[in-house]
Amino acid sequence: MNSMLLILIPLAGAALAAIWPDRRTRPLLLPAVGAAHFALCLWLMAAPAAVDPAAWLAFDALARAILPGVSLLFLVCACYAASYLRLKEQGNRVFVAALLLVLGLLSAGHQARHLGILWIATEAVTLACVPLIHFTGTPRAFEATWKYLLVGGTGIALSLLGSICLGYASLHGGGSGDITFTALLAHGPSLSKAWVLTAWVLLLVGYGTKMGLAPMHTWKPDTYGESPGLVGALLAGGVTSVAFTAILRVKSVIDAAGEGAMAGRSLLALGLFSTLTAALFLLRTRDFKRMLAYSSIEHMGILCIAASFGSAGVWAALFHVWSNGLTKGTLFLSAGNLQRAAGSASMDDARGMSRILPHNSRLFVAGMFAITACPPFGPFFSELLIVRTGLTAGHPWAIGLFLVCLLLAFFGLSHVVFAIVDGRPRLKKPDPALLRETAGLVLPPLALLAASLWLGLFTPAILKDAWSAAVLQLFPLP
Amino acid sequence: MNDYLNLLIGLAMGLNLLALGTSRLPVLIRAVGAQGVLLGLVPLVLEAHELDWRLVLITLATVAGKGFLIPGLLHRAMRTANIARELEPYIAYIPSLLLGAGATIAAVALARHLPLLPEHAGTLHVPGAIALILTGFILLIGRTKAISQVCGYLILENGIYLAGLLLIRSTPILVEFGILLDVTVGIFVIGIIVDRIQRAFDSLDTRKLTALHE
Repeated sequence: MNSMLLILIPLAGAALAAIWPDRRTRPLLLPAVGAAHFALCLWLMAAPAAVDPAAWLAFDALARAILPGVSLLFLVCACYAASYLRLKEQGNRVFVAALLLVLGLLSAGHQARHLGILWIATEAVTLACVPLIHFTGTPRAFEATWKYLLVGGTGIALSLLGSICLGYASLHGGGSGDITFTALLAHGPSLSKAWVLTAWVLLLVGYGTKMGLAPMHTWKPDTYGESPGLVGALLAGGVTSVAFTAILRVKSVIDAAGEGAMAGRSLLALGLFSTLTAALFLLRTRDFKRMLAYSSIEHMGILCIAASFGSAGVWAALFHVWSNGLTKGTLFLSAGNLQRAAGSASMDDARGMSRILPHNSRLFVAGMFAITACPPFGPFFSELLIVRTGLTAGHPWAIGLFLVCLLLAFFGLSHVVFAIVDGRPRLKKPDPALLRETAGLVLPPLALLAASLWLGLFTPAILKDAWSAAVLQLFPLP
Repeated sequence: MNDYLNLLIGLAMGLNLLALGTSRLPVLIRAVGAQGVLLGLVPLVLEAHELDWRLVLITLATVAGKGFLIPGLLHRAMRTANIARELEPYIAYIPSLLLGAGATIAAVALARHLPLLPEHAGTLHVPGAIALILTGFILLIGRTKAISQVCGYLILENGIYLAGLLLIRSTPILVEFGILLDVTVGIFVIGIIVDRIQRAFDSLDTRKLTALHE
């Protein structure tokens, strides 16, 4: 029941936002619902209830390992949104309602234990994000939305086809065609091999598109580049994690069907290709929000690489979901502030930001060091763990290539970040209202950075415990 | 039963070729709508021996959604944009038709080699689904107007819907409705964005959407 509340509270909040009469007080619903959701998540994480194996939606071990992090990210973004929307003249009814809808549907996606429900939640999140992406209303934003819908829609359609193939694998193997994960795992060895392989390819491409793995990543730079910073933070830290959860859940079925080695190899190859593609594009991008999108592609690749290293790798991947999501949040929120002040996200126009927005510039630089795995932030520790599990699992070449990609990404990111922070400001007509660094716009990214630091230095025992339980769910002991 | 099934799916496959060969958008939209109606009737034929209320409900919802609601939305988008033809496709009409015919033949040939249950082998069910999916991709890639691309996406969705009917006995009705609702809302959202693109760019030619690149 409590797990249903995680979905119903935000949905009720969205309905309330849709009928809320006052434009100025409506954004306050966001932190209120976000706080309630986060408190409930923490409570469920501290006192996990037994899960009915046949349930379609449940706060199971995997949801417990990831959803609280998404909830924390949403809460911080919601506080930021309350200040952000105060700067905007335009109506925010749809924006606030869609944000809350996204939170509810993300909770449903993370808790889905039925392939069909998982697909419905993911597709619905995709659609609920549309008004968020074109909130700025520029032609460029509509172009980005169109590409997001068409590429994302096609990807998500393929994952539906993959889900059907997995159901047919069960039917063909003498099962009932039931596509709850419990039933699929139970039928594992008897699933029809040919259909399992087809399903894996389609589901990997489908949910991989949603994650933004190369070569299905083309929508990502456009979408992240044109949407508001807080939307980018939620897409990169929340929506992608649902797709990653989906891939993890499906992979455990493929493992049970005895095709785990092939699935691991394909994840590793796709992960390395994404990391390499992102690193190469990072070397030549001149736009700091598109840069963050490529960085997100890189980190999605890293998650796939880690997930291919067996149970220890999945543990490291869950750690990295948290550290990447929180650190990316810092970067997207401060990038949004910088873009608003500079009136552009290109390093050709935005220069010398450290003199205009000193606090944000510091946060942006610190976030850059954090995401490129400089100690002592979270990503350093999670990526170190990934390197160690990769070497233990016997993939020295993959780890070598991975480290080269990290180095290239560091060059690309630091080049762009210092180009916009250093130098002499080039603002033609600065708008004083946009140059003020209010607490509501600076504290949220700072809080996320602090969370990333805390995650790296003092990883709480309860989180480690949650990740171990999730690994145990995905790799049941024989 | 198989005769009716093959008739329905065969007609839907014929509409693929009409969709690929026409330059007129109203014809394309009507072809997609008619395909939706034909496929909406398939569950009735598949389960003719044990009809119940949930089957009838799914049929009605699918026929209304795929056959009337979505084509209606597209017609409206087309009228507001004031265009009726796709003039400069990436893949011209005759090559599209040849590709579509090739895809249909390939789908039939491929289905023979797939490991299918006895009740699914020997009908057009699986080849039809594959042919629809491939046709959808040809339209998505080969057309430049936003509305034609949406029609391609719909044919792709129709193919996946047909494939989903292989599991009709084991999929709960809630899931069926969820999927149908998502698809309908999805097209609705796409329709709104098409309208905004028309206003922002004064055109529905997706080749003009080139501001975003490295």
